[in-house]
Amino acid sequence: MSDDEISNDGYDQALDAIENGEPYALECPEGHQSMPPRQVCPECGASDLEEVEIPLSGELLSYNVTYVPTPDFGDDVPFVLGVAEFDDVRLTGRVQADAEDVEVGSAVEVGLGESETTGRPLVTFDLA
Amino acid sequence: MASAHIAGVGMTEFGEFPERTGRDLFGEAGGTAIEDAGIDREEIDALYVGNFMGELSENQGHMGPLMAKAVGIDAPATRIESACASGGMAVRQAVKDVRNGEADVVLVGGVERMHNMGTTGATGGLSVAADDLWEIRQGITFPGAYALMAQRYFAVHGGDREDLAHVAVKNHANAANNPLAQYQTEISVEKVLDAPPVALPMGLFDSSPITDGAAATVLVSEAYAEEHGLETPVAITGTGQGTDNLALAERDSMVWTPATEDAGRRAYEDAGISKDDVDFLEVHDCFTIAEVLAIEGLGFYEEGEGITAAREGETAADGELPVNLSGGLKAKGHPVGATGVAQISEMTKLFRGDHVNSDAVEDAEVGLTHNAGGTVASAVVHVLEVAE
Ligand SMILES: [Zn+2]
Repeated sequence: MSDDEISNDGYDQALDAIENGEPYALECPEGHQSMPPRQVCPECGASDLEEVEIPLSGELLSYNVTYVPTPDFGDDVPFVLGVAEFDDVRLTGRVQADAEDVEVGSAVEVGLGESETTGRPLVTFDLA
Repeated sequence: MASAHIAGVGMTEFGEFPERTGRDLFGEAGGTAIEDAGIDREEIDALYVGNFMGELSENQGHMGPLMAKAVGIDAPATRIESACASGGMAVRQAVKDVRNGEADVVLVGGVERMHNMGTTGATGGLSVAADDLWEIRQGITFPGAYALMAQRYFAVHGGDREDLAHVAVKNHANAANNPLAQYQTEISVEKVLDAPPVALPMGLFDSSPITDGAAATVLVSEAYAEEHGLETPVAITGTGQGTDNLALAERDSMVWTPATEDAGRRAYEDAGISKDDVDFLEVHDCFTIAEVLAIEGLGFYEEGEGITAAREGETAADGELPVNLSGGLKAKGHPVGATGVAQISEMTKLFRGDHVNSDAVEDAEVGLTHNAGGTVASAVVHVLEVAE
């Protein structure tokens, strides 16, 4: 991350945890899980949230092959973007594989990478 | 509940006009609607204007006052923003004002300037309708988000790009003779499948274009119409709105849109109708898969069964349930903040008989418009009926 970037409480720490191989979500007393930052559970409004570990391995629910990017990803295209499920939370991230090797249902491992265009961190999925 | 009667409609040509400012576009559409209504400007009690990304496209916020003067009125003026549903949400506010007696005459419009941003700039501008932290920073685009929904749909329910191509072919056919549409050309399934990729499985012709344009409508109370002898052959008899998690990944399902379902149910209840009463639809087909999700979410098809509707001709101009006779967002164009108002404008003309495709719905009595924001985190539905 560039030094002049404003930090985002909750999000930055969650990315650090992904980078360290110890990803977590927030869980309410009802067991609803969501990604930070949260003041309350988005499902039930409970404010008593605690950090719980989520698995490193998940299942790819869908993916696309992006050719026309936003300005922050001009040098990254084409790339594969996916949504993967890790127990009760789902994340959007870069699938680090060629499109022909990717399938809905593929097992993936979450990690942290960066945009080739801006150097900003992003969630990555490696095929397991 | 009382209806909001449609006294007049207006729309600019939709297309590529990078040099036209928002105020210029809105001034034209608003002026056309006022003229069509045959009312004096002083009679207008309120203005709502839908716009999504004026700050990004032309460094312009605070559009209420600007657009009021662009059409030459003094009425209280407010901008409404709900991404690509901004226009439909503006209509909903106008309907409420007319119904609750706050206003007798409301001008509601929408406007978007996009081409001056270029393709990458517009792609970036549209992306801010997603979740910045967990989607935009990961590289999501709107074609990319709908591509994720399409790929998931194929995996869960079946279907393929060729099925979706029929949606684009149908909507281009509907726009072919619409003088206000951006694409007045028919296309083939092969052309859709062979088009350059945007975010696979969405190709260029699965996607609505980048569009500059504006649309407007004059809504009046029934009492005002009677008092002033206005002809209002069409009325908005129901309105409904739904909201969902902003980020696609936070939803229980990537292929079912509860915001559309909720907005539809509430609009049907509000109008006192059922889906079986509806003769034709204008739905939010920003991408081919979006039309499929819309006709399922609104209850016209079971989940997983809407994908064959266009291929089978069921939603064609001569089908049982014509969908997007205007050409839809896909071919008419999608100036995002104007789209929800343009749906009202086009449907009104379809009912009145002064639309190029009016013959397809000659005996129709009930129509429905569906406008969605983001990956359908926002949805707004209106029921239009022939006024007695
Ligand atoms: Zn909860």
